[in-house]
Amino acid sequence: MKSDEPKIVAFCCHYCAFAAADLAGVLRLKYPPNVHIIRLPCTGKLDALYVLKAFEAGADGVMVAGCLEGSCHFLSGNVRAKKRVLALKGLLPKLGIAPERLEFFHLSSAQGDRFAQIAREMTERIHNLKESL
Amino acid sequence: MIVADQKPIEEILQMVEPYRKVLFLGCQSCVAVCMAGGEKEVGLLAAAVRLARTQQGRPIEITEGAVKRQCDDEFNEPWRKIIEQQEAVLSLACGVGVNKLSERFDVPILPALNTKFFGEVERQGVWAEVCAGCGNCILHLTGGICPIARCAKNLLNGPCGGVRADGTCEVSHDGPRPCAWVMIYERLGKLNQRKNLEKIFAAKDWSSDRHGGPRRRIREDMLLEG
Amino acid sequence: MESDLQRALASKKFVVTAECGPPKSADRRVIEEKAKLLKDWVDAVNVTDNQTAVTRMSSLAACAILKSCGLDPVFQITCRDRNRIALQSDILGAYALGIRNVLCLTGDHQSFGNHPQAKGVFDLDSVHLIEAVKTMRDEGRFLSGDELVGERPTMFIGAVENPFAPPYEFRALRLKKKVEAGAQFIQTQIVYNIQRFREFIARAGDLGLLDRVFILAGVSPIKTPGAAKYMRDNVPGLDVPTEIVARMEAAGKGIEDKRARAEAWRREGITICVEIIQQIREIPGVAGVHIMAIEWEEAVPEIVHRAGLRR
Repeated sequence: MKSDEPKIVAFCCHYCAFAAADLAGVLRLKYPPNVHIIRLPCTGKLDALYVLKAFEAGADGVMVAGCLEGSCHFLSGNVRAKKRVLALKGLLPKLGIAPERLEFFHLSSAQGDRFAQIAREMTERIHNLKESL
Repeated sequence: MIVADQKPIEEILQMVEPYRKVLFLGCQSCVAVCMAGGEKEVGLLAAAVRLARTQQGRPIEITEGAVKRQCDDEFNEPWRKIIEQQEAVLSLACGVGVNKLSERFDVPILPALNTKFFGEVERQGVWAEVCAGCGNCILHLTGGICPIARCAKNLLNGPCGGVRADGTCEVSHDGPRPCAWVMIYERLGKLNQRKNLEKIFAAKDWSSDRHGGPRRRIREDMLLEG
Repeated sequence: MESDLQRALASKKFVVTAECGPPKSADRRVIEEKAKLLKDWVDAVNVTDNQTAVTRMSSLAACAILKSCGLDPVFQITCRDRNRIALQSDILGAYALGIRNVLCLTGDHQSFGNHPQAKGVFDLDSVHLIEAVKTMRDEGRFLSGDELVGERPTMFIGAVENPFAPPYEFRALRLKKKVEAGAQFIQTQIVYNIQRFREFIARAGDLGLLDRVFILAGVSPIKTPGAAKYMRDNVPGLDVPTEIVARMEAAGKGIEDKRARAEAWRREGITICVEIIQQIREIPGVAGVHIMAIEWEEAVPEIVHRAGLRR
């Protein structure tokens, strides 16, 4: 992606991050429009392939947003997803992709403001990366 | 099942480096079950390699596929047309699959996996070697626990002095594992068969193992010719 | 009887053996020095076979050097590095060089040594190796049944056992297997836990082994409290009671001068060793001690002297 506005894919858990994104909208909080949300029933559904495919399809960054630790609707989906994200962060540099382009975040459904903040942070982080994808 | 590990991505990238058109061919048997070379791993590895090659500015065309059992010509033959159009095939089967494809097709067949052992699923994500395929089974005498595969020194007459106080083996590179002979001793106790331990197990005839040279099994009654 | 060690044991005296670790070099003088140090104090000297899987001068060669210095060497031979062809061949060679005692071991795993990439052999285990030596000696045949042509190796056959590794109840039974295979003397793992050692000997007695085999208890002086702690916490198959660690610590307490403190520790280490030997001597059925003063051979004469084993 060579556009000025980095394209970010956000894999969001239905029970927290997705609801938080919704809330951010209701509260009319600003966050970058290039954040594309994909709803997962739980971040535990995240497959490493989704992340790689997102990058292949032209994403500049991928964020995975799941419930706060201990609050997963399915008990441990968020913890497992985080492990997969960590493993992928190990793989990415070997493919020539900065690991900072992928991040896992925890938040609750009530944190609309935090969702907007994370989206801004992630966009800014990608902006600041020297090399482009 | 045969347990294998995917090679480091750097090594795989280096192997496919000269090629621009490659078939990534998985196997849907053992290596799929042990999460090393099934359809899913083919997808992941192909995506990773494509990303890397795009980053290098040298895109690669990857065809993805998986066969039922790469160790059997019958299942590989339907892929002939596709294979013959490739510059190389990256096989995600165990070493048997790589050999099998190499015997049949005139394109380079590259191994994506390091084939490790015959193993059991210890728990999700952990596989352990429990059979060494030595060709001469004595499990009926050892309570079903194999000292050839599970003892680092393949001892036949009881544990060496390197057993820790908690009954684990001193040889373990990836976390504690129980001493095979402690396991055998416990198990034979439960089965009321500790008598088995009193007699000396004779020195093993390793000629039935790999040490007798590459092995082959022949079932005359199943041969089609002659 | 061709072996000095065997004669000493047969005479019912309390026997002392020591250990000589070959150098990590081709220097025969290292062996000659150690021979000089030990000569008048022990009945026989074990030569370790690439112990802890670290490559050193071969035990066979070092045994031959000891022999030429007038000592009775015990040739330690492990199954780690040789298959049955090489093992039997080395036994024949050892006998031809005048070596009369052999100690059959499985060997430390190669992953602990300086060549963890090595392929371990483990064709035979120690019980099979004992059998192989006995078959060559008594029946004039190799393990395969093939006939040995000419002079047989009249070896005095030894083995080891570790009373301090689980399953404890199995250890005496394993000892019995070794005796039945042909072991005539046993050297044990280092004894620090006397109580457990007594239990082991009692069990061996129950199995009727004490009249069939000479048991030499392994002992070893401790140099520092750190070494004691390390052995207690990190060495599988060693059982170092906490009292011993405490004694070593107490010995150096309040001594500021480094050298004096090290000396105090050594004194205490030797004292503990001497006390253990005295306790072992009281146990009926124990034929002697095997002193493993690893890279501290100078301690052997003092230990032997203070334990009252030689004048």
